[in-house]
Amino acid sequence: MNHVLTRAALAAALTIAAGGAHADDKLKVGFMLPYSGTFAALGTAIENGFKLYVAEQGGKLGGREIEYFKVDDESNPAKAAENANRLIKRDQVDVLIGTVHSGVAMALAKAAKDADTTLIVTNAGANAITGPLCGPGIFRTSFTNWQPAYAMGPVAYAKGHKTAVTITWKYAAGDEAIGGFKEGFEKAGGKVVRELSLPFPNVEFQPLLTEIAALKPDMVFTFFAGGGAVKFVQDYHAAGLDKTIPLYGSGFLTDGTLQAQGASAQGLLTTLHYADGLNTPRDNAFRADYSKTYKAQPDVYAVQGYDAAQLMQSGLAAVKGDFSKKDAFRSAMRTATVDSPRGTFTLSKAGNPVQDIYLRRVDGLENKVVEVAVQKLADPARGCKL
Amino acid sequence: MDISILLIQSLNAFQYGLLLFLVASGLTLIFGIMGIINLAHGSFYMIGAYMAFALGPLVDRWLGGGFLATLAVCVLAAGVLGYLLEAAFFSYLYKRNHLQQVLMTYGLILVFEELRSILVGNDVHGVPLPAWLQGSIPLGGVMTYPVYRLFISGVGIAVALLLYWVISRTRLGMMLRAGASNREMIGSLGIDINKLYRVVFAAGVALAALAGSIAAPVSSVYPGMGNGVLIICFVVVVIGGIGSIRGAFLAAMLVGFAETFGQVLFPSAAGVLVYLLMAFILLCKPEGLFKQG
Repeated sequence: MNHVLTRAALAAALTIAAGGAHADDKLKVGFMLPYSGTFAALGTAIENGFKLYVAEQGGKLGGREIEYFKVDDESNPAKAAENANRLIKRDQVDVLIGTVHSGVAMALAKAAKDADTTLIVTNAGANAITGPLCGPGIFRTSFTNWQPAYAMGPVAYAKGHKTAVTITWKYAAGDEAIGGFKEGFEKAGGKVVRELSLPFPNVEFQPLLTEIAALKPDMVFTFFAGGGAVKFVQDYHAAGLDKTIPLYGSGFLTDGTLQAQGASAQGLLTTLHYADGLNTPRDNAFRADYSKTYKAQPDVYAVQGYDAAQLMQSGLAAVKGDFSKKDAFRSAMRTATVDSPRGTFTLSKAGNPVQDIYLRRVDGLENKVVEVAVQKLADPARGCKL
Repeated sequence: MDISILLIQSLNAFQYGLLLFLVASGLTLIFGIMGIINLAHGSFYMIGAYMAFALGPLVDRWLGGGFLATLAVCVLAAGVLGYLLEAAFFSYLYKRNHLQQVLMTYGLILVFEELRSILVGNDVHGVPLPAWLQGSIPLGGVMTYPVYRLFISGVGIAVALLLYWVISRTRLGMMLRAGASNREMIGSLGIDINKLYRVVFAAGVALAALAGSIAAPVSSVYPGMGNGVLIICFVVVVIGGIGSIRGAFLAAMLVGFAETFGQVLFPSAAGVLVYLLMAFILLCKPEGLFKQG
């Protein structure tokens, strides 16, 4: 009898101790990123960036230690909801970090919103995430597809181009980017005379290049990424069109593809929220630290991961690491100014960065900054009711 | 569309059709003559492209280089690979039903993709054009046409003529046609049908790899590049009539023209146009344009 009582007392004491220790518990951060497949390198860069900032803070954010949970989302939208719920329900993470693929990120945003878990999107550019899907717990440290493309509009018009033809894959990211460029270009006074597209991921561009030659516009704007970007730039060059009709693109046209594109990409102008050769003390320090830690050069994805950790830090600092004050944590994040390697940015009401978009020129294997194309560009966040 | 643009687009269509034929010819041999549904055919195309990327520098070092030498090495290596694969896997499939063939060849796709990921990685790579094919000829004012694309067309035509000659004019071709229509009979006539099939399969793999390695400089090499090719090749083979080289050639041209002009004239329907064409042809001629032979 006595024995049982002792045990009960012990159990009670332990429970109380556990409850009391709550504030010192580790903060649970869930990475839902691609660790396999085409985007594996991007997922790793994001995680590296995030952990680099945490390491710079002495391994803690807001005075709390971090416990990491990881799920490989395989960039597979069909498994996205299930994978998100493994982190949300099984691991009960406090903050979700992810992901690269837009389709996966949309499902992730829905799951996070349903469970009221805080989500920081670290790449996926789908407009909808900070549009119709926006919510008090949804943040993004990357961009919308609209943003870099819009910024090219006024730049191209200022270079004296009056008419443009656009070309992309017929899928959401392509449509959103082209929509952004068209808005920026026509607002500046230009005219998009034809919108060409081909089914994703078809890469037989020759018929459409011939069509461009027949239309003879002042310029061409394009959105392609990965293998398609490599082939399009090469084909455009091989068709001799670059001699008479200059090609412009959203930054992903020449990001991570320059080695394969070779000479055909030299001199191309693209717009993105990050560039090589920014040469600010902040960026130089980040680059030196990153390359020392990981023996690799950082890219835009690493910056986006790094800034996700910075954003979390500013939220946690406001509540002094007390994660139970969820609303205060979130509103501090929403009003934060992030001192990013790309340049400082704030967040829009919908949770998307209000940031400078850079005009970059391909030089060797780098996208060297030329100028700021548009300062403090905010996504219109169409459909967001916050 | 004025007449010069129309002509350039026709050239585009013709050239695209020939590239399709290069890949599809190997598939129609394996599918038509050996009766195997080979989903891994796209992987052989991918292997060819990656070989052109990976073996190019090695050939430069050991054999003194040259683009044609690289192509020859790729085709030979793929032929040997095909021969071994037939012995190890495909020879067990002839008497199995189509579902089991699909299962095994689908499994091979996964194996090849994973091997590719382990050996070469997941990055996109470019393959340099040989210097003597780098030029381009001016066409219709604004545009120039890369010489390399004309080279692809030349190889496509050469392969088409060679295959046609082998199948319809040689003793080997005669044995193949006989073997396709009655496997047991030709065996009882004293011809080693197993060996014959092994050679056909090796040739089919070599053709796909040739197409891949020749397309690599213009398409670059990237993960999953074989899958898109596979589907369109099946369309070509089915439209052309299974096992018919003539049919595959004509079908590849039809698909080339449908895709090219579809993209320009009906951009919103471009994705389905080829499949509509296939459905229409199968309605009129359920066995495809040509029967075997």
